[in-house]
Amino acid sequence: MELVVDTLKFIGGSALDVLPIAAFLFIFQWLVIGEKMSNYRQIVVGFIFVVIGLGLFLVGLEQTLFPLGRLMAEQLTDPGFLFESVGRVSSELTWQDYYWVYLFAATIGFSTAMAEPSLIAVSIKANSVSGGAIGIVGLRVAVAIGVGVGVSLGCYRIITGLPLHYFIAAGYLVVIVQTMTAPKLIIPLAFDSGGVSTSTVTVPLVTALGLGLAERVPGRSALIDGFGLVAFACLFPIIAVLTYGQLSALRDRRSKSASRKQE
Amino acid sequence: MKASLQALFRDAVNSLRDLLPIVIVIGVFQLLVIRQPVEGLVTLVAGGLMVVAGLAFFIFGLRLALFPIGEGLANSLATKGSVFWLIVFAFLLGFGTTVAEPALIAVAAEAASVAASADVIANTQDAIDDYAFGLRMTVALAVGFALILGVFRIIADWSLPMLIIGGYVLVVVLSNFAPPEIIGIAYDSGGVTTSTVTVPLVTALGVGLASSLKGRNPMLDGFGLIAFASLTPILFVLVYGIVV
Repeated sequence: MELVVDTLKFIGGSALDVLPIAAFLFIFQWLVIGEKMSNYRQIVVGFIFVVIGLGLFLVGLEQTLFPLGRLMAEQLTDPGFLFESVGRVSSELTWQDYYWVYLFAATIGFSTAMAEPSLIAVSIKANSVSGGAIGIVGLRVAVAIGVGVGVSLGCYRIITGLPLHYFIAAGYLVVIVQTMTAPKLIIPLAFDSGGVSTSTVTVPLVTALGLGLAERVPGRSALIDGFGLVAFACLFPIIAVLTYGQLSALRDRRSKSASRKQE
Repeated sequence: MKASLQALFRDAVNSLRDLLPIVIVIGVFQLLVIRQPVEGLVTLVAGGLMVVAGLAFFIFGLRLALFPIGEGLANSLATKGSVFWLIVFAFLLGFGTTVAEPALIAVAAEAASVAASADVIANTQDAIDDYAFGLRMTVALAVGFALILGVFRIIADWSLPMLIIGGYVLVVVLSNFAPPEIIGIAYDSGGVTTSTVTVPLVTALGVGLASSLKGRNPMLDGFGLIAFASLTPILFVLVYGIVV
């Protein structure tokens, strides 16, 4: 019963969230373009679906994705579990002892990015625009490795409590150096891939994982240390895609000079 | 009717595919590594089904209503050549799509409740709602601004790497002045903004604009709007943290 009331409340709330974009698109259509909408019924039905879907999604999120992220963080940092896997009590733990956390973070990051539909779409587009120079699977693997490494390293940062902006600054320094040397075609794609690879489902789970870790690891605060995993998950795909571009350019040059030698 | 049912089914399969790796990875970890009973499994499964159904409905509705109008508007404005209306449109598009972005709604609420339990803001429902709302509006303004900047960049042919690099240098500088509790939220909000609603509409605007201008390559100029949309929220939220 409570769930039904909650769901209705969320659906009401999501109507308000969708209102600005709906209103503005309608007004623009009338005032600027000056055309009446022809498929009026389809659009009303579509907006009803958007509002109900958003409400359902947000309820499900609170019931599932947030608790799951927290649960995994709790269980993987549980003193009993850690004692069993490393044989030490919690006061003597060092960052290496949390290896299951890093492994979990890397697998979650890699597998969600590999399955991400919008990344698949972008890869196919990039492949056709670049005339086959950018491989579909290659790009997806590059981004997925980037997300996996990013989330894993982000967990390391939460566990050690190192300042977030050092990592971000160092990461973007690498990006800047790579941007200057990478093939030009890959650059906008690389910058966009950071945002594309973290889907609506992954973001809440990863956020909950980070907050759960920061709450459980001794000496960390959820507010100061708990956020930042999403930022890592966005930064590292950029580096991975730029590296991928540089490697393909290198391979290209090699095979060209090899074929010249043969002639 | 049959075609739209098929489309709805496809969307359900796609959102299932989004959730599936999470289910598999967590399942394997639970069975092999943690080996402990999971409490409330029924609610978890029910919630998971709601996520799949909700996302499927949401994307199906977007494709029925929002995307056709949005893409049509983006295309006709880009070819019409009225820079003023194009700028207004870009701003409102960024702002409106970000307000409706599911991941941002969820993460802003979470950030607000964390801030409340750490006594940064008052621990009342009103204060939490206010904080979450303020955060979302800041991010929405930032994405609106990002699109204005992105449209200007495509028209004026500014260098994307230079602007992005400059932006991130600014991020690092501002991080030194911002209170430490906002930094993590600020960095995360960059990645949160660009998902389901924003990416397709923004890409349509960028590619439409780049193809309508002479001598532009849609690949080089059309992309990159998303990059701005993930950069400016960091800056705006950092400033929000410094000011509030």
